[in-house]
Amino acid sequence: MTYRLTVNGVSAEVEAPGMRRLLDVLREDLGLTGTKEGCGEGECGACSVLLNGAVVDACLVPLCQAAGADVQTVEALDREGALNPLQAAFLETGGAQCGICTPGMLMAGEAFLATGAEPTEVAIREAIAGNLCRCTGYTKIIDAIVLAAERRAAAAAPDGQA
Amino acid sequence: MPAEPPVESPTTLVDAYRLLMEPGPAWRPVAGGTDLLVQITGDLGPPPDRVLNIWGLDEMRGITLDGDELVIGALTTYTDLRASALVGELLPALVAAAATIGAAQIQNRGTVGGNLVNASPAGDTLPIWLATDTVIVLGSAAGERTVAANEFFPAYRQTARRDDELVLRVRVPLLPRRHVRFRKVGTRRAQAISKVVLALSWLTGDDGTWNDTRLALGSVAATPVRSAATEAALDGRQPIRATADAAAAALSADIQPIDDVRSTADYRRLVAGRVLRRLLRDEGGW
Repeated sequence: MTYRLTVNGVSAEVEAPGMRRLLDVLREDLGLTGTKEGCGEGECGACSVLLNGAVVDACLVPLCQAAGADVQTVEALDREGALNPLQAAFLETGGAQCGICTPGMLMAGEAFLATGAEPTEVAIREAIAGNLCRCTGYTKIIDAIVLAAERRAAAAAPDGQA
Repeated sequence: MPAEPPVESPTTLVDAYRLLMEPGPAWRPVAGGTDLLVQITGDLGPPPDRVLNIWGLDEMRGITLDGDELVIGALTTYTDLRASALVGELLPALVAAAATIGAAQIQNRGTVGGNLVNASPAGDTLPIWLATDTVIVLGSAAGERTVAANEFFPAYRQTARRDDELVLRVRVPLLPRRHVRFRKVGTRRAQAISKVVLALSWLTGDDGTWNDTRLALGSVAATPVRSAATEAALDGRQPIRATADAAAAALSADIQPIDDVRSTADYRRLVAGRVLRRLLRDEGGW
């Protein structure tokens, strides 16, 4: 069966069984290997993507439920080779160690930033509670999300005042 | 890659019911997929022969107040529950339960109906339904029928749902002066399957005594269960220390949990009593 969905702003047609995991569609059918498979059972968040703006584990979404949807993966974040603000913040704070959790952390972080919520440590810890970092580098990941949120707020404030 | 069983995606209930009547192996409905997409790996048993994707059935969405009942569609997600002003006002214990399930990724997909039909003894919303005398509404080509939550789980991982039926919604009776509380013990706050989960409801009398107490628990038996012995120790009493000690002892003696990968029977028996005792302490203010 043929399913149509929008992936990173581009319309995609996928000829595949409806119960194929979105994770496999992204990696195998569309060649978007930025989304990682960790556990394959919704525990680790390495495969986090945005589905119509909501963060989900791509290993738990069947293709038939992504039909017609807007999917954003980590490949959508940079613009013409330039890191987006959250990616830049991860780089600056040392928010990536081995890197396997980073795409999922970035997508969960993007979902948090999109809420516009106050970037408190409690709120950020809840926002990334579904993402495991086995290097245990959580502190710098949280620092990165705080930094990105503060810069976003500063940019939005009049006269550059945060 | 995991098994990819055939799937149909009806867009109306009528079409879904017609498919469910087709001869052949039983359909496995998939709502948000947070349980089924793990099960299709085949690691936990044979994958389903065929899958009915019900995610597009908008008739099964929505949260409404109908007279003195809170009606919650089966496709309501945990995120929907947390965001609902109606649920927050009328059944905040359900919001508390939803907030403990998985994390954002799971809460955005997991549903009320999925938690019921998956019928895990550790299902975190299930004690809420048992403690509030909730009624589950099932639909099929033959029409709708209702089953009390207390009778919905006849045995381990089994439900009262027939193969030709879908769980459409739940109806939660709302009673004046009723209080409902939720508590969960897991390995950590997020992403943890319960070692013990419980919901407690009661009616407060003028003199502060509790009546019509309902205590329902998960992860302490093959199905979600109520503890009649504990309810008897609470009914007609105030939430003072002596009541709490007696109720906790009654609970620990009443349940028969098992040792498994997540916890031990001894720990579950002990912690269930401790959690109940602490809940009464919070309510009694001692």
